[in-house]
Amino acid sequence: MELARVEGTVVSTVKADRLIGYKLLLVNLLGPDTTATDNYLVAVDNVGAGAGEVVIVVRGSSARQSKGLADVPTDTSIVAIVDSIELKGKVVFRKSDPEKKAAAKK
Amino acid sequence: MKLGRVLGKVWATVKDPQLDGVKLYLMQPVDENDEPLGRPIVAADTVSSNFGDLVFWVSGAEATFALAEKRIPSDASIVGLVDRLDVAI
Repeated sequence: MELARVEGTVVSTVKADRLIGYKLLLVNLLGPDTTATDNYLVAVDNVGAGAGEVVIVVRGSSARQSKGLADVPTDTSIVAIVDSIELKGKVVFRKSDPEKKAAAKK
Repeated sequence: MKLGRVLGKVWATVKDPQLDGVKLYLMQPVDENDEPLGRPIVAADTVSSNFGDLVFWVSGAEATFALAEKRIPSDASIVGLVDRLDVAI
């Protein structure tokens, strides 16, 4: 699995029938400290991820093992939204909480 | 299976329900001399490894079989801790 940041949505009208109803997102693969590698992939979103979020993508045939995707022609699926990352004992990423931010502004 | 060195941990609340209870680690794939191979990846952990441990992991579709009780959506799963590595040649 790899870390990635959601950088956009992919809109497609003409697509494989088995892909109908699934959200396709454009993701940029990240290094462990969440620096972008500029390797872009189109991924089926299975967790409701949004733009800017750091996520975990599964690649290859394992991507179809995610819930409900057994018959979907995908080789890249988003299976988790990352809260925080600890690297060598240090927290290198923490998801910002919009509610907490709003409270801090007040 | 390949060798890897555990670098850290990833937390995620919102995730595929099949990943509930599965620990996710940052891991650097390494060669037999402990030299890094490529970029660190996220791996599902089935053996309770710790930061700094040398482990072996399985990649690809076979990684979904790492847990006995269920199949998990994983393309990299840590399946063992390396106690000792004897490189003969």
